[in-house]
Amino acid sequence: MAVLPTVAGTTNPFFRWGYVRQDWSQIQGDLVQHVALSVLAVAIGAAISIPLAVLASRSRLVRVPVFGVASLLYIIPSLALFVFLIPYTGIGTYTTAEIALVGYTLLIMIWNTVAGLDAVPGDAREAATALGYSPSASLLRVDLPLALPFIFAGLRVAMATVIGLVTVTALIGLGGLGQQITYGFTIGYNTPIIVGLVLSVALAAVADLLLVGAERLLVPWSRRRRRRRRAGGAA
Amino acid sequence: MSFLAQVWDWLTSSANWSGSQGIPLLFWHQLTLSAAVVATAVVLGGGLGVVLGHTGRGGLVAVNAANAFRAVPTLALLTLLAVQPAISLTWNGFLAAWLALTALAIPPILTNTYVGMREVDADVRDAAKAMGLTGAQVLGRVEAPLAVPFVMAGIRTASIEVVATSTLAAYVSYTDLGTYVITGLNTGNTVLAFGGALLVAVLAAAVAGVLTLASRALTPRPLRERTRSLRSPRGLLGAGASGLPDVVPEH
Repeated sequence: MAVLPTVAGTTNPFFRWGYVRQDWSQIQGDLVQHVALSVLAVAIGAAISIPLAVLASRSRLVRVPVFGVASLLYIIPSLALFVFLIPYTGIGTYTTAEIALVGYTLLIMIWNTVAGLDAVPGDAREAATALGYSPSASLLRVDLPLALPFIFAGLRVAMATVIGLVTVTALIGLGGLGQQITYGFTIGYNTPIIVGLVLSVALAAVADLLLVGAERLLVPWSRRRRRRRRAGGAA
Repeated sequence: MSFLAQVWDWLTSSANWSGSQGIPLLFWHQLTLSAAVVATAVVLGGGLGVVLGHTGRGGLVAVNAANAFRAVPTLALLTLLAVQPAISLTWNGFLAAWLALTALAIPPILTNTYVGMREVDADVRDAAKAMGLTGAQVLGRVEAPLAVPFVMAGIRTASIEVVATSTLAAYVSYTDLGTYVITGLNTGNTVLAFGGALLVAVLAAAVAGVLTLASRALTPRPLRERTRSLRSPRGLLGAGASGLPDVVPEH
């Protein structure tokens, strides 16, 4: 951590660029850690949620316990969930942070994916069957692609949620940009807190834009109405 | 003694159930802070949502602004307010926590109230006007009752978030159940942190459960079945899920 920059006459100015210049490498490191923690959590969350959502959308027997566990994880306050894991996975470890962060993505991702799969028109499924698609081919080439807009909606909410929650891991020794926030609080100085706040909001905005861009590439037919042209194929 | 046995000992030790650092008092602190925050957010966010929803003007702008605001980490707001000398110590740290958490609670309540008001069928509104109801009567007797399930979903989401996040208030200024967690973490006392975390988790789950029941009781009877089918995949405790934003893709 940098030495507290002092300015004659002002102990706590609203914002001081000098701090940013002086502490830039630390800020960069925090930003990288924030991105790593967030992306990892959303990626693992999606890898767990999408298969579970497929099962849940087909069977009530799976749906009830899956939503039960995911809802419970979602309700537990983040700090409490981190603390529950500390005796088992250690304080300040990526494992502790990731298990809890992934836990928060599950309900969001599963909820949206199930909603997307439920919204697939029966006609599309029947057409796939009539064309000779096996159930698994129909799932991969008809159901999941048609559910993609919902899945992306889930990814976007999950990403925004996780980017916010990562700051809380500063209290268990990680934190990404949260470290700027706790540092600023510890020394009673606005600037690091504002750096943490602004960069995490900016990070959330950039991540959202990237996800919107990825969705455009993967779901070109969702722009059909805007472009006033018919999309060939599935939809 | 095993770790969990130590936690159990801490939870059941009578010394922890009285005094200025006792569980009942800190529980009360957390509950009063959360209640004050949600009440303020209902007045501000709900009021704004009703006005915007009733007039139908400027609503989307407000809703989008409110949702964009959700990206601000609450920890940053809390600490930023807490390092301002004028705010930090006011009312034993209550003011900083109250302001920061209210900012967190307004968006879900505003969004849900607005959406609930706009979801009212235009035909129903026209019918009410045709029957001679004034604007205020349409609002009070038609729009507001029909919007109740949405508003309650917003209040539930906000309350769960606020109770959970009021734990963080203990980091900056306030004294509530989160104080055990923060003190435990700061002193390396994992038993204390774990015990506090258990209390916080139980409180959050209880709040979620109570609000689920309350929203069902407050929903006008004919709407109950319909809203249940709208929320199709229901989870345990009917959790915050129905209040999740952006469940439907934005196009």
